[in-house]
Amino acid sequence: MNPYVVIGAGQAGMQVCDSLRKSGYDGELILLGEEDSLPYQRPPLSKKFLTGDLDRDRLLFRPAAYFDKIAVDVRLRTQVESIDRAARQIVLGDGSTLAYTKLALTTGTRVRPLNCPGHELDNIYYVRTLTDSEMLLQRLASTERVAVIGGGFIGLEVAAVARELEKQATVIEAQERLMARAVSPVVSDFYAKLHRSRGVDVRCSSAVESIVESKQGLLVNLADGARIESDIVVAGIGVLPNSELAENCGLACNSGIVVDEYAQTSDPHIVAAGDCTMHFNGFLQREIRLESVQNAVDQAKVAAATLCGQPQAYRQVPWFWSDQYDVKLQMAGIGMPFDQYAVRGDLASQAFSVFYFRDNTFVGADSINRPAEHMACRKLLTQGTTLSVAQAQDIDFDLKQLAKAG
Amino acid sequence: MPKIIYRQADGREDAVEVPLGWSLMEAAIQNDIAGIVAECGGGCACATCHVYVGQGSKVELPEIGDMEGDMLECTSAERRDSSRLSCQLRMTAELDGLVVDIPETQT
Ligand SMILES: Cc1cc2nc3c(=O)[nH]c(=O)nc-3n(C[C@H](O)[C@H](O)[C@H](O)COP(=O)(O)OP(=O)(O)OC[C@H]3O[C@@H](n4cnc5c(N)ncnc54)[C@H](O)[C@@H]3O)c2cc1C
Ligand code: FES
Repeated sequence: MNPYVVIGAGQAGMQVCDSLRKSGYDGELILLGEEDSLPYQRPPLSKKFLTGDLDRDRLLFRPAAYFDKIAVDVRLRTQVESIDRAARQIVLGDGSTLAYTKLALTTGTRVRPLNCPGHELDNIYYVRTLTDSEMLLQRLASTERVAVIGGGFIGLEVAAVARELEKQATVIEAQERLMARAVSPVVSDFYAKLHRSRGVDVRCSSAVESIVESKQGLLVNLADGARIESDIVVAGIGVLPNSELAENCGLACNSGIVVDEYAQTSDPHIVAAGDCTMHFNGFLQREIRLESVQNAVDQAKVAAATLCGQPQAYRQVPWFWSDQYDVKLQMAGIGMPFDQYAVRGDLASQAFSVFYFRDNTFVGADSINRPAEHMACRKLLTQGTTLSVAQAQDIDFDLKQLAKAG
Repeated sequence: MPKIIYRQADGREDAVEVPLGWSLMEAAIQNDIAGIVAECGGGCACATCHVYVGQGSKVELPEIGDMEGDMLECTSAERRDSSRLSCQLRMTAELDGLVVDIPETQT
């Protein structure tokens, strides 16, 4: 029998391999990745790794010996060019082919590049891969001023690190508020205040017209006429799914590789998981593309189960976190869009949760420095426990007890 | 190098050399110790690196931080007095020989 092949050696790819072995698949298993590192954690790339506190070995999910032990043939620096579904084989960058019995696509995403004039200049950085982050880390040592384009999670985490390293930092966001896609205005405003109080020049509703080189470094020209002087630009303006492999071989794609609740693509021999999928999410009861550790891990488990012929539907509650300074944001469920919300706790003390409701149903919560509330919310959402606005905002109401009661 | 002894619920033990400054979670992961999941990679955001430490030992562990204490409320296996998140415990010379008990479940 030909091997099971996993394309993309990131978090989801590594989890598919791990789960396949745990589910008892004992045939040949190959993990292909174009990067030059064993699978590693990306979250620290915009957090602790950038402050220089972690060396690269500590980012690996598992040491090389682990892959030997579970008999996964990991081939790094190996790019997959195309998939021939009819022949059930893939073509690699060097022209060689590899036949498969089953295929898992865990190709993730890549950064959306800037496209304004000047986007090709030196000293413009992105943060997606270990290499990206290493280059930025190195450059930060001789940098005074950092201009961050994009006020999403990654941009804001980089700005926070820059301030911790005592650099000047500016955040330029096109939308009228920070993290607009993911959090409510209450949370956006809290973070704008937080960053300003730590000395970041936060500029919302600011479109970048161009970037030019000046004697002192770079000049970022904004549509409102403002000019930001900086040594480097770090862009965090979102990602694009790596779905070309799937598209080019005729798999259904729609801003991501389309999969059902079982991580199954439109080809019965191919599953997909992680950042690259547009998937039917059983918890949300709609299609969505999620970019998170939770989704990479949980969906990869579902994909492995499908490959082993033990299908289990993907129903897990989404969760996410972001560290900025000493403030931890933890998100449970998907709060957007909502029609009602409730704040529990005190914004000024930097410890509170915001609960979101849609049609009187609790759909998600953002917790700031409130991990116990976050965990209670994950439980409530998993169980589908009814929670009212009044209960949510009553600080004396015991959420944990409610979660326990089921 | 100082060692940590990871003990499974069934009594099986693995002695692991841990570089100073590493978290006990990282050392467990890099040595493929079963039962420590660490979904968030040490972000103190998942509580799947829960361990019981210090039973029968005199070493003084650093105090439980606010964030860690909160997350410990949410472990999958029961919380005991000896419960800690292994991602929040840093290796020091004093911890040499410490026994870390791994709970039966993390998720
Ligand atoms: C800086 C940063 C911070 C983050 N912070 C958080 C956080 O705090 N919390 C959180 O939940 N999530 C966070 N995330 C998101 C999280 O890291 C991702 O959701 C997760 O890594 C997705 O895993 P994946 O396996 O789907 O994709 P990836 O990790 O992107 O892995 C895909 C791999 O496939 C490879 N590949 C693609 N195409 C091919 C091909 N044709 N041939 C061979 N190889 C190929 C890619 O090179 C890549 O290595 C962060 C991400 C970044 C970049
Ligand atoms: S690894 Fe997630 S809390 Fe310790």
